[in-house]
Amino acid sequence: MDPGEHFFRREAGRITSALTRVFGVSNLALAEDVVQDVLCRALEIWKFHGLPENPSAWLMAAAKHRAIDVLRRERTARTFAPELGRWLETEWTLGPAVDELLEPHAIKDDQLRMMFSCCHPRLPEEAQIALMLQVLCGFSAREIANAFLSTTAAIEKRVARAKKVLAGSKHLFDLGDAAELAARLLAVHRALYLLFSEGYHGAGAESAVRVELCQEAMHLVALLLDHPAGAAPATYALAALMCLHAARMPARLDGSGNLTGFFDQDRSQWDPKLIAEGRRLLELSAAGCEVTEYHVEAAIAGVHASARNAEDTRWKDIITLYDLLMKIRPSPVVALHRAIAIAQDQGPERGLDEIQAIAEKDRLESYPFYAAALGELELRLGRLAAARARFRDALRLARNPTERRFLERRLEACSHSS
Amino acid sequence: MSQFVFLYRGGERAESPSDAQKQMQRWMTWLKELTEQGHVKDPGQPLDPAGKVVKGKQKIVTDGPYAEKDLVGGYTLIEAQDLTQAVELSRGCPIFDYAGVVEVRPVMKMGG
Repeated sequence: MDPGEHFFRREAGRITSALTRVFGVSNLALAEDVVQDVLCRALEIWKFHGLPENPSAWLMAAAKHRAIDVLRRERTARTFAPELGRWLETEWTLGPAVDELLEPHAIKDDQLRMMFSCCHPRLPEEAQIALMLQVLCGFSAREIANAFLSTTAAIEKRVARAKKVLAGSKHLFDLGDAAELAARLLAVHRALYLLFSEGYHGAGAESAVRVELCQEAMHLVALLLDHPAGAAPATYALAALMCLHAARMPARLDGSGNLTGFFDQDRSQWDPKLIAEGRRLLELSAAGCEVTEYHVEAAIAGVHASARNAEDTRWKDIITLYDLLMKIRPSPVVALHRAIAIAQDQGPERGLDEIQAIAEKDRLESYPFYAAALGELELRLGRLAAARARFRDALRLARNPTERRFLERRLEACSHSS
Repeated sequence: MSQFVFLYRGGERAESPSDAQKQMQRWMTWLKELTEQGHVKDPGQPLDPAGKVVKGKQKIVTDGPYAEKDLVGGYTLIEAQDLTQAVELSRGCPIFDYAGVVEVRPVMKMGG
C-alpha cells in the first residue's frame, strides 16, 4: 500500500502529542526522542520487509512499548505527567493506563491539547506557528526555515525558546475549562490563519513548499473541526476561507510557472471540489450569531467563487463585505483590497482616491503588491509613465523570482498598451 | 549464477520524518527493481544497532565498540553473474546519498 505523501510527518505529530500526554509536558523532549527512535526503526524494518498491513497501528504499538520501557526505567529519576502520576507508578496499572492513553479516541484529544498548548499567550505568533509545525506536523527546523525564508539556526532558536515555555507550563492545556477554551481558541484560529496566509501570500521561495504550508493549516483546522472543543462557528468559517482560497491555487501559476494575477486567472481551473466544500463549511459557520473576520473573508472568497470572471463579479457585495471587515479587523492591507474592489466597481480614479485615503498607508510601502496595485490603476487610466514608475517600485520590493517575473511582465505590459 | 551478500554499513539517521519516508521509499523502489530483475535471493534483514561483542578466549562480553560509520545495518542476499555485475547492481542503493557504504562479498561455494 501507499502510506500517503505526508504519512511519517503526520504520524510523528500524532505520536508526539500522545506521548507528551503520557510523559507530561515537561518531558516533551523525551517524547520527541522516542518518536524519532520509533520512526527510524520503522524505516529500517520496512525498507527490507515492506509496509505492515496497518502502518499507523504498527507505529503506535512500537511507541507504546518504548513508552512503557521509558516509564519503567526512569520512574524514579523523572517526574512524569503529574495529572496521571498514580496510574503510571505501579506495574498493575501501568500497561492498561498507557493502553488507554494511546487509544485513537484519546489521541484526538491529545492533538487538540497540544495545538492549544502551542498557542500559549506568552509566545509570539510566529513562535506558536513554528512550534505547531514541528510538534504537531513533524517538520524539522530546516524544513520550516525553507518555507519561511529563514535560517535553520533562527528557527531552531525560535522553536527551542517556545518549547521551553511549553515545557515550563505545569500541564498541557485543559480542554475541560470552557472559558479558557473559548479564549485560547481565538489564538489558535489566528495562528492557523497566519500559517495559511504565509503559504498563500507569503514570500516563501518555492511554490511546492508554500502549498505544503496551506495543506498543513487545512490539516490542523480539520483536526479542530473533528473535535467538539474545536468545532465552533468561527472554526467552520476559517476552514471555509481556506478551502475557497486553496481552490484558486491551480490557476495561480500558468504552464510555464509564471504567477497569474487574480483578475487574469482562468477560473475554470479553480478546484470545484474545494469550492463546494468551502460553501458547505461556510453554511455551517452561520450557526451562531457571531460574525468574525473569518466569516467575512470566507464570504468574500465565496462571492469571487460564484463569478465567472472579474467583470461578472458582484463588486458591490464585495465592497460591503470589506466595509464590514474594516470594522472587525481594520488594517492597511484590508483597506487596499477594499480600494481595489471600489476601482473595479467605480473605476480606477475612484480606486486611487481610496488608496490615497488609507490610514497608515506607509505600512504598505514595503509590500510589492501595494505599488503594483497603484501601477495597475495608472495603467488602466492610460498614464503609462506613472504606471511604469509604480511597477518599477514594486519590482524593487519583489521577494522571490516568481514575483519578480510577474512584475517584469506587468512592466512590459505598460509598453505594449496604447 | 553466483551469490553475493550486500552488507550495508553506516549511513546517516533520517533528518526528519519526511526524510525518513523518502529514504524508505527509495530503498523499497530499489529492492523491488532488483527483485523484479530476479537478482534478490533474499531481501535480508535489518540489524539492531544495540548488541554485544564477545571476544577472546575468555569470551569477554562488551557493548560494541561500534563506530557508527562501520556499523552493519543489514544485509541482502543477491544473485548475479559475477562480482562485476553484483557491484554494478549495488550502485543503485540509496545508502550512498546518506553517507553509507555497501560491501559486496561473494558467498564461497561448496564446490571450490
